Amino acid sequence: MLIKLTGGRVYDPASGIDGQQLDIYVENGRIVAPPSDGRPVDQEYDLRGKVVMSGAIDMHTHIGGGKGNIARTLLPEDHRMDPVARTSVTRSGNGHAMPSSFIAGYRYAEMGYTACFEPAVLPINARQAHMEMGDTPIVDKGGYVMLGSDDFLLRMLTAQKDQKAINDYVAWTLNAAKGIGIKVVNAGGINAFKFNQRKLDLDEKNSHYDVTPRQILQTLAKAVQEIGVKHPLHVHGCNLGVPGNVDTTLDTIQGVEGLPMHLTHIQFHSYGTEGDFKFSSGAAQIAEAINKNPNISADVGQILFGQTVTASGDNMRQHANHRFANPNKWVCMDIECDAGCGVVPFKYKDQNFVNALQWAIGLEIFLLVEDPWRIFLTTDHPNGAPFTSYPHLIRLLMDKSFRNDMLATIHPEAQKMTTLASIDREYTLNEIAIMTRAGAARIIGLQDRGALAEGNWADITVYTENADRQTMFSKPDYVFKDGELVVRDGEVVKVTWGTTHIVKPDYDLSIERDLQHYFDRYLTMKLGNFKISDDEITEDGRGSLSVHPLRGVA
Amino acid sequence: MTEITEIPSPFCGIGTDDLSIQIDGTQLTVTSNGCAVNTPAFEQAIGDSLPSINGQTATLEQAVAKAAEILRNTQQPVFGGCASDVNGMRALLALADKTGAVVDNQNFNITRRNLLAMQDSGWMNCTLAEIKNRCDLLLIVGTDVEGFAPRFFERYLWTEHAMFLDKPGDREVIYLGKAPSGSASTRPDGKVQSICSLVKDINLQGNRCSGFPLGGKEGDQTANQVCGWTTGYPARVNYARGFPEYDPFLYDTQTLLNNGEADALLWLQSFNQNSRPPHTQVPSIVLGRAGMQFDQAPAVYIPIGTPGIDHAGHAYRLDNVVAIRLKKLRDAGLPSSADVLSAIEHAL
Ligand SMILES: [Zn+2]
Repeated sequence: MLIKLTGGRVYDPASGIDGQQLDIYVENGRIVAPPSDGRPVDQEYDLRGKVVMSGAIDMHTHIGGGKGNIARTLLPEDHRMDPVARTSVTRSGNGHAMPSSFIAGYRYAEMGYTACFEPAVLPINARQAHMEMGDTPIVDKGGYVMLGSDDFLLRMLTAQKDQKAINDYVAWTLNAAKGIGIKVVNAGGINAFKFNQRKLDLDEKNSHYDVTPRQILQTLAKAVQEIGVKHPLHVHGCNLGVPGNVDTTLDTIQGVEGLPMHLTHIQFHSYGTEGDFKFSSGAAQIAEAINKNPNISADVGQILFGQTVTASGDNMRQHANHRFANPNKWVCMDIECDAGCGVVPFKYKDQNFVNALQWAIGLEIFLLVEDPWRIFLTTDHPNGAPFTSYPHLIRLLMDKSFRNDMLATIHPEAQKMTTLASIDREYTLNEIAIMTRAGAARIIGLQDRGALAEGNWADITVYTENADRQTMFSKPDYVFKDGELVVRDGEVVKVTWGTTHIVKPDYDLSIERDLQHYFDRYLTMKLGNFKISDDEITEDGRGSLSVHPLRGVA
Repeated sequence: MTEITEIPSPFCGIGTDDLSIQIDGTQLTVTSNGCAVNTPAFEQAIGDSLPSINGQTATLEQAVAKAAEILRNTQQPVFGGCASDVNGMRALLALADKTGAVVDNQNFNITRRNLLAMQDSGWMNCTLAEIKNRCDLLLIVGTDVEGFAPRFFERYLWTEHAMFLDKPGDREVIYLGKAPSGSASTRPDGKVQSICSLVKDINLQGNRCSGFPLGGKEGDQTANQVCGWTTGYPARVNYARGFPEYDPFLYDTQTLLNNGEADALLWLQSFNQNSRPPHTQVPSIVLGRAGMQFDQAPAVYIPIGTPGIDHAGHAYRLDNVVAIRLKKLRDAGLPSSADVLSAIEHAL
């Protein structure tokens, strides 16, 4: 079927198109050239006066894996407030902070998102992550596989194995767990917590292994680059949430010595110790460092006020933060010589000084980082706020007077500690399209997505222009996924199943000899049973795998 | 005759995945690493594997059509058992969503103590490899580990190697509340929350300590996990109002049947021939492991295959984090529970 999208104003930064009025043709799921043979279109959508972008991509959102189910189980009261009934096309479920998987897929699609990436896939829990994402309809998905606190890697580093061996292990793990990138959470810290260390600075040694977080980050960043994975090492830094951690973050940027690195939910890592409450904004220093270092990218992890739940692999920091749990219940787990997790409910309050300043710090970072290709729109769902708050966040970025009105309502001491009121920048539609589409596809390493060029998959979102950007981005007129109309007027009209994006870097098979020995001695599963096979993703008839190219390996 | 190695078991819950099994036609023989739980569960003869309607042999199509007809005319069906793999639970929840059913897995009255403690105050727990490599003191509270999982000690405690212990054999084990014997496992009532608080307190006082709930087999964790991500609640959900509602007491299969609040029962048990549906006057649809016998013939009986024997699948270990990949070992022509449940859904 040939579809024509006529006369919309197109924002396609990857193709250098900034608001021009253009027609787009779609056939067999892809964007195609205008038919030269004059054959008629089968369906035409009149998009004059509308805004057209490719489908949005959330490059960091916790939508799959064990900690999500712990968060769901922990908070039945949160679900009770947000039941979602079935319709003739959709399944029922529950929403708010950690929605059930079906509802997460529908709600993402209803906001114009067509792909989501789970950033904390524990190798041993990767099956669960893929199964949950397999029950998340419409959107594409993928995961970053967590390394850095696994005993196998720390033993390798202690034994001073060469970089080549580390590369083989990283590549093997990416294949076995079916990921598209590598993530480090509190490098070595989750492991150190198991040895009863309660904090771990960048240059502090693990009490059992002779290894520091700095070494782990350097080694893994190098591995990611050398095996050709396009997504930079995805780093959740040390000292999350600790006042003064801005220095750790700046050291981390220097420490990676020019290698590509993505700093995630950087808002939680941009705190100083100034002022009466010994808590201040480090946003300006962080933004300056990002501006100066083209190898660095970041997503913000904006907090927004209200009830949510934090779910993280960083059980060291989550355990330290459990005293802020609201409601007062929380879960920490040590997991399988692999990693850990911590789930702590949070209620961010605008009249709480710290929360109010966290809100301002996130916005300062968004507005002070100059290059929209290297800063990404996230709330670290659900940690800073549920993903359903993105339209509100977009309005905060695009509408200075709205932002300042909000600023005037937060804790007065926090207002004094932020430069937000003096920042005039308002994001443009083109910049929003970069940070939520073109830039996201580029940083993840997605081929044929995030742009409206001919040959790309037809993931397309159409909005009605509205000065109130929250309203505009809440309810797209149309969302097409792989060329099929899935959302009309902000409601799902057809349920499709997205693909799972992965990479398959090469490795030397000899790494399996060491792994086999390690699995048989220490782990609780056979090596052969650990590796996830392709048919585990595809056998239900809905799932599929899309393998993305690697950077040219020298 | 063939032999397959490194076979994972869905039966014991502790993620045993080193069994060797000899396959002769449809007969399985565990040749190494069996135990009192797994060996009989794998070796059980298939027995009668023909569907029936009110005790009369029927085709699979007829049985599916009859099941759909029963469910079509109900106000409040209840789906009990829930002993299956991930795909079986997915299909069961899809059918429940469409028919407005209660979904209640069989052992939830036991799991409930843990879940209520967790939903009230949370906990700090760990997984099996953490026990195997780090645990130097194990306090076993009120449960008979051997009876529950005969290979627990061999696989996770008295191991030849542990990464962080020089002599795994020197670990200390303390039993509290129940002497270790070979009989049924029990747990102390009302103590779960105190144990969770104790673990947290030890961690706050400068030591590391984790809890480990020892419970869940034959798909208990699998049911909780899939129900968790599909509905937001771990178990005992009711779809009657068009969306899932959770009540750990009201939506108990036995309570609903006793009170006359359910008007049909669907029982799913793909692991255990002896785990039969509760006695009831309401029409029953039973998807049971082939060979299941009844005192009173259910309205519909559909013998199904066992995940990890008759078809591939996924099952959760009792630590809830690790899902194991179950293998298909033989072809006895038995349908999977997911296939049958989807067929019923399409026939509605
Ligand atoms: Zn995150």
